[in-house]
Amino acid sequence: MSTPFLSVRDLRVHFSTEDGLVKAVDGLSFDVEKGKTLGIVGESGSGKSVTNLSILGLHNRERTTMDGEIILDGQELLTASERTLEKLRGNKMSMIFQDALASLSPYHTVGVQIAETYRKHTGASKREARARAVEMLRRVGIPQPDVRVDEYPHQFSGGMRQRAMIAMALVCDPELLIADEPTTALDVTVQAQIMDLLKDLQQEFGTAIIFITHDLGVIADIADDVLVMYGGRCVERGTKKEVLRSPDHPYTLGLMNSMPTLNGSVDVPLTPIPGSPPSLLNPPSGCRFHPRCAFAEKVSGGLCSSDRPTLEVVEGRGSACHLTQEQKQDLFADFAATRHN
Amino acid sequence: MSNTTPLLDVSGLTKHFPIKGGFPIRRTVGAVQAVDGLDFQVAEGESLGLVGESGCGKSTTGRLITRLMEPTGGKITYRGQDITHAGRKELAPIRSEIQMIFQDPYASLNPRQTVGKIISGPMEINDINPEGGREKRVRELLEIVGLNPEHFNRFPHEFSGGQRQRIGVARALALQPKLIVADEPVSALDVSIQAQVVNLLQKVQRELGIAFVFIAHDLAIVRHFSQRVAVMYLGKIVEIADREDLYENPRHPYTRALLSAVPEATVDEEPRERIRLAGDVPSPINPPSGCRFRTRCWKATEKCATEAPPLVQVEGNKPGHLTACHYPETTETVPAPRLSKDPEAAA
Repeated sequence: MSTPFLSVRDLRVHFSTEDGLVKAVDGLSFDVEKGKTLGIVGESGSGKSVTNLSILGLHNRERTTMDGEIILDGQELLTASERTLEKLRGNKMSMIFQDALASLSPYHTVGVQIAETYRKHTGASKREARARAVEMLRRVGIPQPDVRVDEYPHQFSGGMRQRAMIAMALVCDPELLIADEPTTALDVTVQAQIMDLLKDLQQEFGTAIIFITHDLGVIADIADDVLVMYGGRCVERGTKKEVLRSPDHPYTLGLMNSMPTLNGSVDVPLTPIPGSPPSLLNPPSGCRFHPRCAFAEKVSGGLCSSDRPTLEVVEGRGSACHLTQEQKQDLFADFAATRHN
Repeated sequence: MSNTTPLLDVSGLTKHFPIKGGFPIRRTVGAVQAVDGLDFQVAEGESLGLVGESGCGKSTTGRLITRLMEPTGGKITYRGQDITHAGRKELAPIRSEIQMIFQDPYASLNPRQTVGKIISGPMEINDINPEGGREKRVRELLEIVGLNPEHFNRFPHEFSGGQRQRIGVARALALQPKLIVADEPVSALDVSIQAQVVNLLQKVQRELGIAFVFIAHDLAIVRHFSQRVAVMYLGKIVEIADREDLYENPRHPYTRALLSAVPEATVDEEPRERIRLAGDVPSPINPPSGCRFRTRCWKATEKCATEAPPLVQVEGNKPGHLTACHYPETTETVPAPRLSKDPEAAA
């Protein structure tokens, strides 16, 4: 295998706050290939957004300690100067945020905001940039793009705003697109439209996409590979099929069991994960999931609370858990029976 | 639903919000038709789910039932008593029987009051002194919702989102209500916490026999929680049925499209075909004539534009399964969430 397009190695992002050191990301590694979508799943505070802000270099450097390696197409990003990053952002890599209304400027027309990025990176004239903005709006499926280009974000509906954001992110044909919960605030029918749009655009341009979400259903729809995060660490990774069909970590299993489905039995109560996500100020020792894990006592010697399980990845598949494969086979057996009919 | 009088009977319920404009004299220039002629019943101890996309009027419906808003038209009957335009005094005894759980567990609890004060608030207002004192009752309630009874003098910020939602549930239970309107009670919570709260609500519903109007946009959660489900679109109910009928055999094209758009965490061998609805929900200020869904419907004809379809038991429906459509989906169509076989529908 050649070198991956984006490679993140042992990333650590720590913030020092008044209350102490927050270890938002604590040793995370992954690769993304061109034309592929990596889905990152995790709950609030699992470090998924922090990871992606560090790829884009959007953390305040004075208050953030970052360690590890982020290499995009042969270029190291963590140590890169602000000027280098500025040239890359919006150009080679760009981002779609969750809340489109909050991420668009209310004082500028949508067209101006799309054109701005284009002009900055290509040095195009105002007229060229405007034409490009219209073309982008058309490409993301906004009706009457030549009229809409002069409208303000408040005149757009939620789904259209998200489309405009996508247009802005794609205006320079980026090779890496980071989508941070881009559909969470949208209705399901609009969510379906946006996901189809992203898939179409990816096919057309071969963009590498990192798709952050808390919704395993969305992952099943859009991702090729999946990375499950918990408490700033990766607990499980693999292809979408591997992770969703045969989850290998109690947390992933717990997430799936706590979600009702459209065709499951309604008489069986859901199986929630007890407790709540950990505080990253004072995270649990050992495996960060052990206080909520149903199987922690199955591991002898209290290993779960003392030692951090290693994530051994073989051909892109692996999970960080102290349970042995045989134990998992026994303990997870019910899963297949209850979930897939 | 064997009882003769339902707990709650809603007929023709309408709420229009006036839009003021003009200068120098501001007058009403239009109306947001948030809710437009709803008919439904809720039986004692039953859970009715209200689903639909944002702007379909489901939250407004919740607020009308609890009479936090006054309807523009129609009738709300609670246990045989007309409360449509009831005044403060008339409503007082009923308010204690109809309680509400809100979406945002951060905004719906007063940060300056202790949990004990928050939960005993409804008892204070209604001057209820339970046996053994209010504090004892608060402790009981905390125990019911799965919180430590010793925490009654803590403040909301000391609790996590899921725990706060439990406090909201405890407050709603304080007056032993007969009906709880839960407006998106779990959508602000993390996935692993959602299930905890859903299970709690289910326990409450079953053990205390409380009826629920469960408002949510998550179709899977509604299916899990509600015995009967109503699908709303642009201020109207387009389909209402027992959950098995609705999810297995959706008759309204919108219901089918909505179900097919729900992403499911399963990997099928063949990619699941989805019905793509084009565009957005039209504005409720100027809703389409006839059937309100027709602008996004792949089956719409002339008739749909001129004639609003009534909410009736269309041919092939089981009793209690009502659909408002001129051209209901037929039984030959494969149940929506699995596969849609007509590619025309996707276009």
